[in-house]
Amino acid sequence: MPAPAQRRIIFQHIDEPGYTNDLACYVKHGGYEIMKKAFQRPPAELVDEVKKSGLRGRGGAGFPCGVKWGLLDKKSGKPIYLVVNADESEPGTFKDRYIMHQDPHQLIEGIMITCFANNVKQAYIYIRGEFPHGARILEKAIAEARAANFCGPNVLGSSYGCEIYVHRGAGAYICGEETGLIESLEGKRPYPRIKPPYFPAVLGLYQCPTIVNNVETLCHVKHIAAMGGAEFAKIGTPNNTGTRILCVSGHVQKPGYYEFEVGKITMGELLNDVCGGPLPGRKFKAVIPGGSSAKVLKFGERFKGKRKVGAEMVDYDWAVEDVPMDFDCLGMIGTMGGSGGVIVMDDSVNMVEALANINAFYAHESCGQCTPCREGSLWMKKISSRMVHGAARPEDGQLLKSVADQIAGRTICAFGEACAWPTQSYVAKFGDEFKGYADAKKTAKPGGVTDLI
Amino acid sequence: MNLKPATLSQIDEVITHYPTKRSATLPLLHLIQEEVGFISNEAIEWVAAKLGLQPINVYEVVTFYPMFRQKPIGRRHIKVCRTLSCALLGGYKTCATFEQEFHTHAGEVSPDGEVTVEFVECLASCGTAPVVMIDDELHEKVDAAKAKQLSDQIKAEAQARK
Repeated sequence: MPAPAQRRIIFQHIDEPGYTNDLACYVKHGGYEIMKKAFQRPPAELVDEVKKSGLRGRGGAGFPCGVKWGLLDKKSGKPIYLVVNADESEPGTFKDRYIMHQDPHQLIEGIMITCFANNVKQAYIYIRGEFPHGARILEKAIAEARAANFCGPNVLGSSYGCEIYVHRGAGAYICGEETGLIESLEGKRPYPRIKPPYFPAVLGLYQCPTIVNNVETLCHVKHIAAMGGAEFAKIGTPNNTGTRILCVSGHVQKPGYYEFEVGKITMGELLNDVCGGPLPGRKFKAVIPGGSSAKVLKFGERFKGKRKVGAEMVDYDWAVEDVPMDFDCLGMIGTMGGSGGVIVMDDSVNMVEALANINAFYAHESCGQCTPCREGSLWMKKISSRMVHGAARPEDGQLLKSVADQIAGRTICAFGEACAWPTQSYVAKFGDEFKGYADAKKTAKPGGVTDLI
Repeated sequence: MNLKPATLSQIDEVITHYPTKRSATLPLLHLIQEEVGFISNEAIEWVAAKLGLQPINVYEVVTFYPMFRQKPIGRRHIKVCRTLSCALLGGYKTCATFEQEFHTHAGEVSPDGEVTVEFVECLASCGTAPVVMIDDELHEKVDAAKAKQLSDQIKAEAQARK
């Protein structure tokens, strides 16, 4: 069976010849018409549409967007803020980059509908520091939109006003964590806040109620406003509605970004039919399905259990290739859909070296606030690097696991899990490679082998 | 601090974007680093005074975020992505090529002062790995051969300036 066709809603105009990122082009393609219609409706109705749509956040956690909005403290009398998470920092993820560079007005329209629906009068786009052009493009787009009354004071001639400002990060991964991002936006070190009590919906930016949404999520809001929540919920699969952008990188013939209805494509169809399969002469060995912190999947392993399809419970027995790419199915098999970043490794890769690469990332990016994460991520890096560059011992895999097991669940934010899951899953699934790494190193490597650490 | 009038007016403007001045810490540091090239102790004190903060409040920000630097760098800044997707397709070789071409080590200024090569974490362009940022420009699919080509280009531009 061939893979289903892409369904491009968010990426409709990405890479389209002649499509430019200025206001005139966007308006020519029907831009801001949806916002004009949305502004004729009561805001509560728009929130209901998003609730009905079942939209789940596209940044990593997959939390239902409508529920997030519903948690907002609207009685506090304090201003409500929208913070757009454009930090795109999870390794393997590269979708928001293209939205912001090529179609910034789509994001602005999504932002403005969201702000109107939630009575937000100030929005900030927190964009990662490594996107200097992206920041300039957004600033220009905001200025154009403001001049045309699509944002700023008296939006569309009404009494409602909302400003959007771009705020640049400066290279720290932890700013993708929503409360770390808020701290950063307040001008501090991005140390994540403890929840409770600091749920952004109640005590967010400047201790005011705050919505933090991912770029792709906010673009979906525009399309939900256009087609209605019920119609949007028909796209994709139950509880995994809409489309999502899957970013594929690593060892495949055609890496890139592909937009599909959520859950309508399997891992095998994505990697073999869409991405052209493994590189010549190679076989797939492992895949990380949702950004580098997601637990790794090993080709050849099988997943069995029962799952709900419609009203019935049915048995499933999947190889990695059979797993539908949605939040629930990936969650069922012990990993996650995360940010949609799919990283593929073929049989040329030694998993000890791959883990050493990832551990170096997490050790560099731990904010240092919680001892288990700061020390644990550093020791996992040191142990795995020593295995590659110094003496490897058969028991190192277990040592790594013992460190990882003492991090997850013992930290303020989810970084603890993010840095522990790779080690836990690599050692569990590729234990033999960790035990035998000392011997594997003795066999001289053929020339041209790629260093990972 | 002797900042250009244009930078000073950008600084005054950006402070108005926030209900509290402290929020402007990162934007001010970006603006100063863009003009001066790095964040000196004098700059830290200047930003603190400008925003009504203690110097430690600014210092702790400068020392946390990888993009802020307290020393000058080479004329051009070559940032090679180190993280998994780029490494799988040869990122380490790309970085080594730049190091050889400019007789330098990652994190240091080359002897001729022309470049600083840096090995950085994920640049969020994993589909076109390995990627490199030279100043503000992203370069995609930079294998060793393309790294050599980019190095030659930088050297030629340096030569033309002399």
